Amino acid sequence: MSQGDKQQAQECVQTSQPWNNPDAVPFIRFEHVTKKFGDFFAVDDVSLDIYRHELFALLGGSGCGKTTLLRMLAGFEEPSDGKIYIDGADMSGVPAYERPTNMMFQSYALFPHMSVEQNVAFGLHQDGLPKSEIRDRVEEMLNLVQMGKFAKRKPHQLSGGQKQRVALARSLVKQPKVLLLDEPLGALDKKLREQTQFELVNIQEKVGTTFVMVTHDQEEAMTMASRIAVMNEGVIKQTGTPFELYEYPNSRFTANFVGQVNLLEGILVDDNEKYAIIHSEAAGGDIYIDHAVSGHEGMTFWVALRPERIRLSDSQPAETKYNCLPGKVEEIGYLGGLSTYHVRLDSGTRIKISEPNSTRHIEPRYTWEDRVWVSWEAGAATVLSQ
Amino acid sequence: MSGTAPTPKQRFDRWMVRNGRYLVIGIPFFWLMLFFLVPFLIVLKISFATAEYAQPPYSALFQWVDQGINIALNFGNYLFLLSDSLYVTAYLNSIRIAAISTVITLLIGYPMAYYIARSSGTVRSVLLMLVILPFWTSFLIRVYAWIGILDREGLINAALLGLGIISEPLIMRQTEFAVYIGIVYTYLPFMILPLYSTLEKMDGSLVEAALDLGCRPWKAFARVTLPLSLPGILAGSLLVFIPAVGEFVIPELLGGPNTLMIGRTLWDEFFANRDWPIASSVAIAMLLFLVVPIMWFQNLQGSEKGDGK
Repeated sequence: MSQGDKQQAQECVQTSQPWNNPDAVPFIRFEHVTKKFGDFFAVDDVSLDIYRHELFALLGGSGCGKTTLLRMLAGFEEPSDGKIYIDGADMSGVPAYERPTNMMFQSYALFPHMSVEQNVAFGLHQDGLPKSEIRDRVEEMLNLVQMGKFAKRKPHQLSGGQKQRVALARSLVKQPKVLLLDEPLGALDKKLREQTQFELVNIQEKVGTTFVMVTHDQEEAMTMASRIAVMNEGVIKQTGTPFELYEYPNSRFTANFVGQVNLLEGILVDDNEKYAIIHSEAAGGDIYIDHAVSGHEGMTFWVALRPERIRLSDSQPAETKYNCLPGKVEEIGYLGGLSTYHVRLDSGTRIKISEPNSTRHIEPRYTWEDRVWVSWEAGAATVLSQ
Repeated sequence: MSGTAPTPKQRFDRWMVRNGRYLVIGIPFFWLMLFFLVPFLIVLKISFATAEYAQPPYSALFQWVDQGINIALNFGNYLFLLSDSLYVTAYLNSIRIAAISTVITLLIGYPMAYYIARSSGTVRSVLLMLVILPFWTSFLIRVYAWIGILDREGLINAALLGLGIISEPLIMRQTEFAVYIGIVYTYLPFMILPLYSTLEKMDGSLVEAALDLGCRPWKAFARVTLPLSLPGILAGSLLVFIPAVGEFVIPELLGGPNTLMIGRTLWDEFFANRDWPIASSVAIAMLLFLVVPIMWFQNLQGSEKGDGK
């Protein structure tokens, strides 16, 4: 790679991945933000930087604090402690109606006594804009979300997907610095949700607004977000791109929450520069890792294996000494495009495996109670210390 | 099962599934017919009779004369109502007092209902309990209690005189002011409860959405909460206004001789003058003036809501 190419690649990283650029200025900044409800810490000392033009997802189960974090950004809740900055401005004490944010509510919260048009125009009226400008902007926004034909309808005359579009138009029409989305696709059925995911991303790219969304659906977060913060019990467990979270989880929680994983507990018995050996009772033998592990011998580790990285065979693979465990097929799930197997190892641990059905078989490859061998490449596993 | 004739029990069950709903609706319908419509028709009948010194004290509407039915409709009572300014004044007074009371009840009741709807579980049930609590003592006794409070030698005057704020007792009882106090006090729960039920059902995120879109709290209230609670306002206002117009006990006990309301006029016609036909026509006229426009208005509202769906 020439010097020029390198520089270009560097610039590309700086503009498209500002979080990897130490000089980039965060657009939204949470500084040690805590929110207490009575004795309960809904959000516990969260620090987080979000950059301009990002589509950032807060991902977690119910009660993990993701919605509280979003509501503090919108100004519906004040942090008990810590500070929030948007575009450099301290948001402490700034009420919701003066913040440069707009929110798309989970229930959409469309005003039932107003037409689609009036709903979208509502925010612009509050700014006291001239009538002609309001009309133009409402029309433009309704066309963007393909709801121009429904301008005169009342919310109760719309389907769920149409309401979602109107809610999006209403929150975007004021051109907020930040658009907040609370479970934006939660109320839609699966097909419509998948379609809308891409539409939302397209609209975000078109308008260039910074989106912060809350979701409990990891697939939705992975599909849409530039980066994801995984939350649990009021704390951010890990922040990263979908790729980073899936390939390099930093804890058992993230590994489990983002995608599926098999966790094998074991003790580090040999640690070299080139490889490491973890002895695992759960696996019924030694696990070979193709890189060094930071830790001392005797420490407990968890080996994380994604179901699709594990191979299944009906006879013992010849070339492998390590990472090959015998077991019995217990459950089979045929999903069409892929099949999932639950294999009970001789050690007693249950392993989830998924295999693509890339060729057409006359009959299923494995059936219940089949004797099988489970194996994986040394590089397929991730070693977790917590 | 197929092919065999249904047993009597099966036949009865099937009949119930098809027609059961008419049975369920029919019972209350019949009840209303018997105990509401029949008395109303009797009053309507009497309003077209002439007063007589007899038992009952009015002329018969239908008479069997010369092998035919003689129907004697006397419109004189209604014409008399229009000619005598007493009745017109009493009507207008009643409507004015009821309207002002309704507005006051709304102004007091709305914030209370709003607060109750926004408060959490236990507080809410305690507050609702407190709203309903006065119903557990007799209405008459509560109005008498107000006499004790508002009287020349009553609680308020005693307290103010004792504190030296006034030197002469205030005349509060037997004024229109006392009637307002009585009506507002008595009918406040009827305003609060329907308002509460509309406000409680309202999605809190609607107000948040208004704030989020740049409304200050007062404007969010005016543009979102208020219009959406209109059905509750209307229901509460009707529940207060309609009985307040015909109110008899409160103006009789708390009002002065000048507080002329239609309920008192009605009472006087029945019991003092013993002119049943005039009293009946007063009642019917009140019904026509009040209920018909209100029903028409409600019907209009209902159809407005209906055509959207």
